[in-house]
Amino acid sequence: MTKLDARSPDGPLHKKWDNRLEEMKLVAPNNKKKHEIIVVGTGLAGGSAAATLGELGYSVKSFCIQDSPRRAHSIAAQGGINATKNYPNDGDSIWRLFYDTIKGGDFRSRESNTYRLAQVSNNIIDQAVAQGVPFAREYGGELANRSFGGAQVSRTFYARGQTGQQLLLGAYQALLRQVDRGKVEIFARREMLDLVKIDGVARGIITRNLVTGEIERHAADAVVLCTGGYGRTYFLSTNAFNSNATAAWRCHKRGAYFANPCYVQIHPTCIPQSGDYQSKLTLMSESLRNDGRVWVPKDKKDIGKPPQDIPESDRDYYLERKYPAFGNLVPRDVASRNAKYVCDEGRGVGATGRAVYLDFRDAIKEQGRDVIEDKYGNLFHMYHKITDEDPYEVPMRIYPAVHYTMGGLWVDYELMSNIPGLFVAGEANFSDHGANRLGASALMQGLADGYFIVPFTVGNFIANYDIKKVSTDHKAFDAAETEVRDQIDKMLSVGKEGSRTVIEIYRDLGKVMYDKVGMSRTEEGLKEAREEIVALREEFWNGVKIPGSSDNYNKMLELAGRVADFLELAELMAIDALEREESCGGHFREEYQSDEGEALRVDDEFSYVAAWEYDEDGDYEVHKEELEFENVELSTRSYK
Amino acid sequence: MADDMMTIHLKVWRQAGPDKQGRFENYTVEKVNPHMSFLEMLDVVNETLIHDGEEPIEFDSDCREGICGTCGFVINGQAHGEERGTTVCQLHMRSFSDGETIVVEPWRARAFPVIKDLVVDRDSFDRIIAAGGYVSVGTGPKPDANSVKIGKDVSDKAFDAAACIGCGACVAACPNASAALFTGAKVSQLAMLPQGKPERGRRARRMVHQMQEEGFGNCSNIGECEAACPKEISIQNIAKMKREYLRAIFTDS
Repeated sequence: MTKLDARSPDGPLHKKWDNRLEEMKLVAPNNKKKHEIIVVGTGLAGGSAAATLGELGYSVKSFCIQDSPRRAHSIAAQGGINATKNYPNDGDSIWRLFYDTIKGGDFRSRESNTYRLAQVSNNIIDQAVAQGVPFAREYGGELANRSFGGAQVSRTFYARGQTGQQLLLGAYQALLRQVDRGKVEIFARREMLDLVKIDGVARGIITRNLVTGEIERHAADAVVLCTGGYGRTYFLSTNAFNSNATAAWRCHKRGAYFANPCYVQIHPTCIPQSGDYQSKLTLMSESLRNDGRVWVPKDKKDIGKPPQDIPESDRDYYLERKYPAFGNLVPRDVASRNAKYVCDEGRGVGATGRAVYLDFRDAIKEQGRDVIEDKYGNLFHMYHKITDEDPYEVPMRIYPAVHYTMGGLWVDYELMSNIPGLFVAGEANFSDHGANRLGASALMQGLADGYFIVPFTVGNFIANYDIKKVSTDHKAFDAAETEVRDQIDKMLSVGKEGSRTVIEIYRDLGKVMYDKVGMSRTEEGLKEAREEIVALREEFWNGVKIPGSSDNYNKMLELAGRVADFLELAELMAIDALEREESCGGHFREEYQSDEGEALRVDDEFSYVAAWEYDEDGDYEVHKEELEFENVELSTRSYK
Repeated sequence: MADDMMTIHLKVWRQAGPDKQGRFENYTVEKVNPHMSFLEMLDVVNETLIHDGEEPIEFDSDCREGICGTCGFVINGQAHGEERGTTVCQLHMRSFSDGETIVVEPWRARAFPVIKDLVVDRDSFDRIIAAGGYVSVGTGPKPDANSVKIGKDVSDKAFDAAACIGCGACVAACPNASAALFTGAKVSQLAMLPQGKPERGRRARRMVHQMQEEGFGNCSNIGECEAACPKEISIQNIAKMKREYLRAIFTDS
């Protein structure tokens, strides 16, 4: 084990980023075009990073697995984006957003990064508005704000329920402007399958063309990975069907440390699964909990009854009962965990028994249907459309689903991994949210990293390193390409004879993860999970069934490669969860709770980032980055 | 729920590759849960095909909540199916009848070549946006976001146009395979906003020319595009684009 150094700048918190910017070396304007930079992923982080690097004059290659950069999964983000503009004059400040983020992350994130995130938040709003992003506005023409996720100030900017879409299209358009200028080349329908390292430095990637199956080599002076999170390890999640951890995991296998993989956010208000055929769950904004009341029947004999026939005295409004101060507005992890508990007790409702009611009856009675329609009309419409049930008449059914992963590749203050030349931005890195993420902060982090941080730090790296040009004929490219080809061939050869489909094995993995590495974890369960994951991995490599060939569009072959990686990453998630003998944020270990059932952190022992080094035999080694809190005092949450 | 299960007959376009001859194949799907989306139903068909040693029906999809624009094909002659304002990932089997025969085929347009089965190449849309579908501002310090006020009515209208998900249904629905609604939505959004005004003429000219260059047909005001659009984007955006284009030609702006 080594101690990791984040290389955070010296000086007071509010001066650190400025100090670092001043220390940085610059690349001469006429030299920039000689430097090639690879950006993998075109979501908020990747799209904005590639656009900005291209605009600065670098020669940028931008890769995405989708058919167009506009379709990266950032597009599906609904709620909004935080910034400390303080337009509503309700006392917001950089410090407050910083503090809320640190506290929301249960004191498991790095002070310097989190502060910088809050610092650049305002620039993002200015940037997006200048691009023509149509944020919600007041009648007077100024930007509208709302309070989100229990924040005490209204700092969230939004564009109806499509904030992610509008911000992503802004970044996408900025990116295509650079394509128009000849500064960025887009490689769509390409999947990164390996990182190429030469002399310990990231110098290129191997990709597969998802239409022709060709394996391609790309060399560069720096690689920026913006490939999102690993929520799809759970099979069922709110992430898109194709979201995956493959690019990040293959970097990990080349030596990049994977930090805090056990930190996963499970969102309480999703539409429950309706059957086994489902591979994806739909999120509904948690703003619904402002007016909806969560309940299940007190007695499990009532679970089959129509909810409107269950009298008040037979209902258990369990959040209001257990948390009288916050009631239905407890944080995401608390709401999720309690939904699981009541379903585990057999009191879950709906066809699968894995759902709780979210009831608007009283809100409609008190405020009138019009008011509720005004607030939640689009969400009610969406729910009605998906479930064929009218939430104005019967309570909604909701259940938690994996939504976001706070862990990711370890990066230093400049968002560079422990592999020189490999930068990681957005959800793919671990850096800003600690053990839990606040609502409306994912979009903020993606764009902060991509527009305002990576373009400078990549330049600083290039200016400081004496980077010699490499050819894709280098033997390191040969070796990486051979490994990629071998893996595909092996999958297809097993796949011809196998008996269980990729989806069947993947679904089993998801079940293990939800049951044992999900909302509530125990030592025993995690140990079982690890064994079950290893067994599934063996089953995959001995008996998976994969159709078709590798020389054309083959969705199941793509998915097989991703599932192979999830089957490895899942084990590391269980290992990390097992080692972290405390409860914090999205990581809840049943052995570590207070008498009231609240998460119990163990600051003396676990106030560190666990960054794991890959080992083929599963003997992962942990490297620790101690978290030093110089500016905030560690406190314990209470929602009673 | 078992008694609600449906039987569905499918006629699906199968085409092994861009230059291969395509054909309709018939499949019968039993025990279709009415709560399934159309794509989930196809997932189930594909699992069966894979077990039977056949190649699954390829289609593009991603978010499965109607916002990414990845999915889309023609169902019974209608882009994304008959239901208004819906992508195929949000179209549920309950909107079909038990025993129904459903015809499924890819978007058909010269500018959207078929890649395989129901998967098409929509790169032409990216090239239209690259021809000016942006505001030319770099990253960096900008005036405070509230320094330019935009009336709520204008902002809302711009948003309505900006809601386009780039799925291509408008092209597939148009007898001319025109991309006027897609292009018009972006031209119109940016022309309405103060940030987009300085380059509105150049933008309209370049985007319209690119659209023609890609092999999309001309708009003849039929209106199928608006009817097929999952985001219900108004055909008024096409009129706006035509005005912007004429303005640009005559004023040379």
